[in-house]
Amino acid sequence: MITERGMLDLPTRNRELGLIGLAVVITTAGFAAVQLARAQEFSSSPIIAALLFAFAYFAAHIVVRVVLPDADPYVLPITAVLTAIGLIEIYRISPQLARDQGIWMLLGLALFVGVVIAFRDIRRLEELKYTCGAVAVGLLLLTITLGASVNGARLWIRVGGLQIQPGEFAKILLVIFLAGYLRERREVLAAPTRRFLGIGIPALRHALPLLLLCGISLVLLVAMNDLGTSLLFFVIALAMIYIATGRLLYVGAGLGVFALGALGAVQLTSHVQSRIEGWLDPWAVEQTSGYQIAQSIYTIADGGVLGAGFGRGLILNDTGGTIIPYAQTDFIYSVIANEMGLVGAIAVILLYLLLSWRGFRIATAADDGFSKLLAAGLATAVAFQVFVIVGGVIRLLPLTGLTLPFVSYGGSSVTANFAIAGLLLCISQRANRERPL
Amino acid sequence: MNRRISNLFIASTVALLALIAMTTYWQVWARGSLEARQANVRMVYRDLAVDRGSIVTADGVVLAESTPGKLDGRTVYSRTYPEGGLAAQLVGYSSLLAGRSGLERSLDPELSGSTSDLAGIQNAFDRMKGDTVRGDDVILRLSAAGQQAAMDELENLQARGSVVVMDPSTGGLLVMASTPTFNPNTGLEKALADPASPLLNRATQGLYPPGSTFKVVTAASALDNEAVTVDQQFPGPACIQTGGQELCNFRGRAYGPHDFAYALVHSINTTFAEVGMTLGQEQLEDTMKDFGFFKRFPWDYPPEQTLPSGIFNRRGNLVPFDTPVDVARLAIGQERLLATPLQMAEVAVAVANGGQIVEPQPVQEVRAPDGSVVRRPQPVYLGRAMTTETAAILRQLMKDVVDDGTGAAANVAGLDVAGKTGTAETGKDGKNDAWFIGFAPAKAPRFAFAVLVENTDGTGGDVAAPIAASVLRALTEPAS
Repeated sequence: MITERGMLDLPTRNRELGLIGLAVVITTAGFAAVQLARAQEFSSSPIIAALLFAFAYFAAHIVVRVVLPDADPYVLPITAVLTAIGLIEIYRISPQLARDQGIWMLLGLALFVGVVIAFRDIRRLEELKYTCGAVAVGLLLLTITLGASVNGARLWIRVGGLQIQPGEFAKILLVIFLAGYLRERREVLAAPTRRFLGIGIPALRHALPLLLLCGISLVLLVAMNDLGTSLLFFVIALAMIYIATGRLLYVGAGLGVFALGALGAVQLTSHVQSRIEGWLDPWAVEQTSGYQIAQSIYTIADGGVLGAGFGRGLILNDTGGTIIPYAQTDFIYSVIANEMGLVGAIAVILLYLLLSWRGFRIATAADDGFSKLLAAGLATAVAFQVFVIVGGVIRLLPLTGLTLPFVSYGGSSVTANFAIAGLLLCISQRANRERPL
Repeated sequence: MNRRISNLFIASTVALLALIAMTTYWQVWARGSLEARQANVRMVYRDLAVDRGSIVTADGVVLAESTPGKLDGRTVYSRTYPEGGLAAQLVGYSSLLAGRSGLERSLDPELSGSTSDLAGIQNAFDRMKGDTVRGDDVILRLSAAGQQAAMDELENLQARGSVVVMDPSTGGLLVMASTPTFNPNTGLEKALADPASPLLNRATQGLYPPGSTFKVVTAASALDNEAVTVDQQFPGPACIQTGGQELCNFRGRAYGPHDFAYALVHSINTTFAEVGMTLGQEQLEDTMKDFGFFKRFPWDYPPEQTLPSGIFNRRGNLVPFDTPVDVARLAIGQERLLATPLQMAEVAVAVANGGQIVEPQPVQEVRAPDGSVVRRPQPVYLGRAMTTETAAILRQLMKDVVDDGTGAAANVAGLDVAGKTGTAETGKDGKNDAWFIGFAPAKAPRFAFAVLVENTDGTGGDVAAPIAASVLRALTEPAS
């Protein structure tokens, strides 16, 4: 217990603090570099921004030190570096947007602290699984019914002057629900009661949720006009079912049904069709549906191995807007690849790899099914979201409207991702305390 | 369960490494081919880093300059044309969307600092670094005062037309006006759509029947080939028959007996038709070739904006120069003979310059950003169009045209003008293409010119000669 050890005698936490310090140094240097490159344009002091950043993360660290002394020391610093890179590149696009993003970061850290305090005993969350499931469905229904179409996809609702992306929160709630539900049902799902064509299949009442999931994902695809979001939800669910049951059959069958359904559903949505058109051959439709992806690739290629440098790339056009539409949200990775080069882009991907590694590591270290499923589900959510959005902007996959966790501009995305970080720390606290690393 | 979690981690790792592989592909392997793509707007923006050199007239008026601005934190330059349409076709434009034309195109290597010499190589490195590249300035031979006078005269008539003035001894291009004009700062899209074709440089791309101005060429050929002598007598009827068709004098006038000199001064068609028949097509066309007909003038201007003059078939194509034609009509500037104002200015140059034609020379000098002279073009003589003797005879006869003949309106007090009028019927509503070509001062010519007004009610003497007078006045008067 905390009281048994001195507040400073926590090697795990000290490591965390040191790494946060490193993140603060990176942030300060990055802001200063942008400021130097664009001296005539910006006036607000990057030092103040860096101090605020340092203060906010220091505060979050203190809370963790008190509440979760044994939690994983890497998650928070990784989010700090990613957030810093995002802030710097957003600042470079527009100081005004960077100020908003800074506020989102503060709110995100506040939510992080809230999650850490509320769920320091992660088992409390398990009791809320059906509530979470219901709220997740509610949020998605809200998006579908009240959603405004932005850039072709219907992923946003307007509340007052704010645009909220409920899918970001629904994603987490869904993971919580699935973790609780699957822990309860995993035995019956894993041990089929009957056989069909020589293949064991579970009773319909157990399999029904799975089939429902396929259906809901496809409905989301059509209703939200976005392949990425529906694919993300579906893959998270499949990954968690795989972990719970160990049956690749479910995964294969699920992917098959989803693929067939998606093929059909795509016929209904011209937005997704044009995205696929722009993906298959952007150069043929460079001025229309391939415009964003073509500009993204030009921007990435222009960065080369070492990049143009913070604030020195060519990102804005002659009217002050970004050459790639939505550069600060969907295409932030292209901006990073341009200014930080291949070296920086690889570093960012490796940070996500590190973050998902910590997530999966926390999952294996956890000693109860719910924690394992939750941590693995959240790690999958982050890794797969990165795969889909970055894959989209580098033409590995069709372009979709997902955000790059912690980096992309946007309040919903930033705050939701800090909640994920908070949950991961809570799970790791319990695991580490009982069975130290 | 942990085994499955590990498997999932491996799957995630593979997915994220695929992102790294694909990013590497774009940033390392595909980079060069992407930069070469035309549609890559980033390369266009990179071009904006060039501080393109100015284009200035000999009398110090800036026709084109680069003004600095900001694009995403870097200094970029946009092209502005302070004088708008003053010499818009000659100077041309350098536009991101429309490309380049005119001198902006032909002098681009110097203006953009991308020549193949040492300075150009240094600039190429700067360009790669994203540093500003400063191009060379070009000082033209053009006289802003003369150009302004020419544009004013043509625009006052609301006429489509052209004025070309050259220094006959060096080829220096002093005036090259074309109306209607356009504003290269704002009006490119409008100009492209305008049915009056303001982008067309009528001086070099406008083809018109030269009418009687061509008699200078016929006379040169006939005198050089001894097909006629100056004092040879002709009957001077109103009309004659050639090739089964009637060929008449202007307004059907009969002149009575006269000599060849009188026929040129008074532009008598029947006499020149007869001379042409005596001369023969081959000899006349040989002379035309010596004057520069049948091929593009080689000069410091985009070749696609310089059309050759000559005989055209009904489809508008230049016919091979030995295709049989009615030489009697050719001799008086008809028979689908079409010439650019620049070509007819060269005819005047030949007479003024003792028989030699010389390459039109728009550039006086090219200066490096540090002010040092990079290039100062020397006159390029393109050969002899006629003997010195013939040139001397024609010089006197063309002076008589202004003193006693059809070109009286070109008289400028104190400036001894010599010339030849032309009035080519367009065959529509009694409209003519009116010409006046000539030079001044007659004794020691400093200016050789061609004036053309499209589709006018007047004659060369009424409409074109006064324009020549006004432009010559502006060229000789000290700047006010």
